[in-house]
Amino acid sequence: MYEFEFARPTSLAEALAALKAEDAQPLAGGQTLIPTLKQRLASPSVLVSLSAIEELKGVRREGDTLCIGAATTHAEVAREAAAHYPALAALAGGIGDPAVRNRGTIGGSLANNDPAACYPAAVLASGATVVTNAREIAADDFFQGLFTTALEEGEIITEVRFPIPQAANYQKFEQPASLFALVGVFVARFADGVRVAVTGASEEGVYRWESAEEALSKEFRPDALMGLRMNPANMIHDIHGTKEYRAHLVGVLTRRAVAAARG
Amino acid sequence: MPKDHGIGASQKRREDVRFLTGRGRYTDDINLPGQAYVAFVRSQVAHGILKGVDTSAAEASPGVLRVFTGKDFEGVGGLPCGWQVTDRFGQPMQEPAHPVLAQGKVRHVGEIIAAVVAETYEQARDAAEKVVPDIEELPAVVDMRAALADDAPKVHDDLKNNLCYDWGFVEENREAVDEAIRNAPHVTTLELVNNRLVPNAMEPRVAIGDYNPGTDESTLYTTSQNPHVIRLLMGAFVLGIPEHKLRVVAPDVGGGFGSKIFHYAEEAFCTFAARQLKRPVKWTAQRWESFMSDAHGRDHVTKIELALDKEGNFLAVRTETLANLGAYLSTFAPSVPTWLHGTLMAGNYKTPLIYVNVKAVFTNTVPVDAYRGAGRPEATYQLERVIDKAARELGMDPIEIRRKNFITEFPYQTPVALVYDTGNYHCTMDKLIEIADLDGFEARRKASEEKGLLRGLGVNCYIEACGIAPSNLVGQLGARAGLYESATVRVNATGGVVVMTGAHSHGQGHETTFPQVIAEMIGIDESMVEIVHGDTANTPMGMGTYGSRSIAVGGAAMVRAAEKVIAKATKIAAHLMEAAPEDIELKGGEFIVKGTDKRIAWGDVCLAAYVPHNYPLEELEPGLEETAFYDPANFTFPAGAYACEVEVDPETGKVTIDRFAAADDFGNVINPMIVDGQVHGGLGQGIGQALLEGCVYDENGQLLTGSYMDYAMPRASNLPFFTVDHSCKTPCTHNPLGVKGCGEAGAIGSPPAVVNAVIDALHRAGHTHVTHIDMPLTPARVWQAIHG
Repeated sequence: MYEFEFARPTSLAEALAALKAEDAQPLAGGQTLIPTLKQRLASPSVLVSLSAIEELKGVRREGDTLCIGAATTHAEVAREAAAHYPALAALAGGIGDPAVRNRGTIGGSLANNDPAACYPAAVLASGATVVTNAREIAADDFFQGLFTTALEEGEIITEVRFPIPQAANYQKFEQPASLFALVGVFVARFADGVRVAVTGASEEGVYRWESAEEALSKEFRPDALMGLRMNPANMIHDIHGTKEYRAHLVGVLTRRAVAAARG
Repeated sequence: MPKDHGIGASQKRREDVRFLTGRGRYTDDINLPGQAYVAFVRSQVAHGILKGVDTSAAEASPGVLRVFTGKDFEGVGGLPCGWQVTDRFGQPMQEPAHPVLAQGKVRHVGEIIAAVVAETYEQARDAAEKVVPDIEELPAVVDMRAALADDAPKVHDDLKNNLCYDWGFVEENREAVDEAIRNAPHVTTLELVNNRLVPNAMEPRVAIGDYNPGTDESTLYTTSQNPHVIRLLMGAFVLGIPEHKLRVVAPDVGGGFGSKIFHYAEEAFCTFAARQLKRPVKWTAQRWESFMSDAHGRDHVTKIELALDKEGNFLAVRTETLANLGAYLSTFAPSVPTWLHGTLMAGNYKTPLIYVNVKAVFTNTVPVDAYRGAGRPEATYQLERVIDKAARELGMDPIEIRRKNFITEFPYQTPVALVYDTGNYHCTMDKLIEIADLDGFEARRKASEEKGLLRGLGVNCYIEACGIAPSNLVGQLGARAGLYESATVRVNATGGVVVMTGAHSHGQGHETTFPQVIAEMIGIDESMVEIVHGDTANTPMGMGTYGSRSIAVGGAAMVRAAEKVIAKATKIAAHLMEAAPEDIELKGGEFIVKGTDKRIAWGDVCLAAYVPHNYPLEELEPGLEETAFYDPANFTFPAGAYACEVEVDPETGKVTIDRFAAADDFGNVINPMIVDGQVHGGLGQGIGQALLEGCVYDENGQLLTGSYMDYAMPRASNLPFFTVDHSCKTPCTHNPLGVKGCGEAGAIGSPPAVVNAVIDALHRAGHTHVTHIDMPLTPARVWQAIHG
């Protein structure tokens, strides 16, 4: 690591003030940022930890919406969301390993927008709302490609609001080394239709598979996907899988997610 | 009742008390007064002309003591290679210089260009970023076939080409084998890759050099499997320090798997720099440095042909292998694809004619050397894969075709030099069938089918040559070292025993098993025996631990030394009891005059040796301490049969190992629990190679699998419950304990079982076009094979 100053504010206002320093960077659970610092690939002047800000933590239900504070760890979501949104809780409980789940947070994951992360699939498939200190951003507007989001400089995610679907499921096929999603598919069925979001697969990051959504909105059965094929053109190709393999997995995992969501 | 003491007792590992409570003392736990730290500047390009290194900014950086480059090592020796292979034309291998720090050229990503020594590690690392190498990049050679092309860029400009050697074995058999294959009723051919692996010991390498100007003595603390070997290689060949002025200490070491046998540049650097700066110099590898500087393993590309008659009798084997040696010759690299590989090609079978050809190739990659099994996994994999394919082609049962060809009479002279002293391959196969419940396979297959999964069964055998090795034999084969082992047994005045062994424990449990042998011999409790290892200052010159040799060679040396001690103690006891030595037996910790009630306790005899008031001083020296050097008469030949059952998800290609059984013959066993654990660990590494691990370079020589984000290590969740058995015992006929060694068996025997099982699963499901899939069998590769 290079030298940096460390701030650990206890309120959102203090955090926003601290982030005004030149080259300041927020630190959530640190599951990506800390390894990056250790490899000397980032050199912030100040790290502003969000871990002591109580107002950013916790899971609460408001009617048909599940609100999760940005600094809530994956382990807490796995525990606290289970009664309200089981598919989301299961997703959180399957991220990384226990050490990662006890440090990593939902806000950190979304702000980083790793193309193989799990949470972006849940947020996009749920049609969730990302709330920041400044505004509310619809999931469809939030994710803007690999490691890129709608967040402005100095803007902090405070909460994520998930509409609770009638049925949902997340299927992750793990990359053997990192255990990130080689492909992950989140299917969520609402009264007004089905949303399908895919992570891990595309060179453009998390995306919605619209033709699957259309077919499943008409008929929520795995067979409804018969004949649908994901175009491999924009898929990621690396040592863990070809474009064609990833495109194939999108179809397999979507069918499995629908079958599991139907129970 | 199982034994709870002595040979055969499953005693808990005494060393685990300190390891599990954070009381181990690893090299990185050692910090010396006045210690400075080094950060290495490593090449980021695979191949280039090193025109110069600008160190001025680094030298001006805070805390920097000195910046070293290749120029500082111009008068210093290079890293030596410990094995010279002679090619099939009678010529010595091409042997390039191997500088400590790069000189004139860089030849792989990770090669050391400069070394910055500073007051703190952070200062050294800050300054290292300011070192500016001037490199004119050259095209890299990565692929072995491309490296052998006439117009390929040369890794070493002063060599004729990138071919280290073209080895034939047994060269005299070449034409006979060719003819047997030409005339055979059936020939099965298989081309395969034995994937390159990164060793990934849990403890990264560490080196601390220390120098005392007052005594002119140097000390190196290092993560080594063989401190005496490092002292000899570094002292005599690199730095010119006589052995009496050089001490090498390898304290607790957290896993080696071969990668800590070799003498590395960082060790020589720290020792050298400490003498220059007159301060201790410490280096602790970052994990990313381990990936690009620890010697890698395997990396063979092979074509094997097996000739059979119509009944499935093996007539001949011919194999051609390209073996990647990387950019330089690591310490024992030339021996791995040759003598540790070609000599195993008979396997467990009475194939009469065998010819092995190996072309070893230099490439712009990290050096490749021995890794758990070293050559023997490569031999076993190709042989057991081609046998499976042959059985399928001939419509024979894979177990029956193996049984039909088993060697059953011992000693057995193979056509590839080795003489197997003993074995019983039907015994381990029978045991395997029982413990793996092969009769229940069909029911399990149906249950898998109902879940939409394809179940397959893979069975194979293996044999290995361990306990390396007879020194006169390996000397003829090109080894520049003897491979005996040593031990000193020191008995203290009150009867406690200290064994100073030249073997080295880095996970094997010597501190538990060696005392069990002494306890059995003398009849005292294990708690009275202490094992000392890992320090050249207080152990006799020994060759260290690798090749499953510790108990077979090191244990034998200890037995020989203990026998000398007991013989002397018997004479002392005879004097004290006024009896003849031949009338005295040592039993249960007491010397007894046979047929009488006269007895004297072990401790009383030991005390008499050091307080010789009533003592035959005219015949015997006082004291009770003996040293023995043991040079084995032959290798040992552990062997066994393994079975793997997998479930393949045909939609995703994902392979899950449902169960794995291993029936091994290790001869006599000192501690069955530790042997189980060694087999478990070996199976974990073998399954890791088969399903997960693969080191990948791109065409420019950049390491694509440089971290755990892309290099897949096996996790507990990837492994099934292991069923292991070592009740088939054919004791080694030529060492005093009848032991064979068990450390590498699991890693040698398991990869073909896994691959055979996956191919079996696909064939049972009708995917008969799939005859082979190269390791690692990732989901993507298996899916591609099904649909390709």
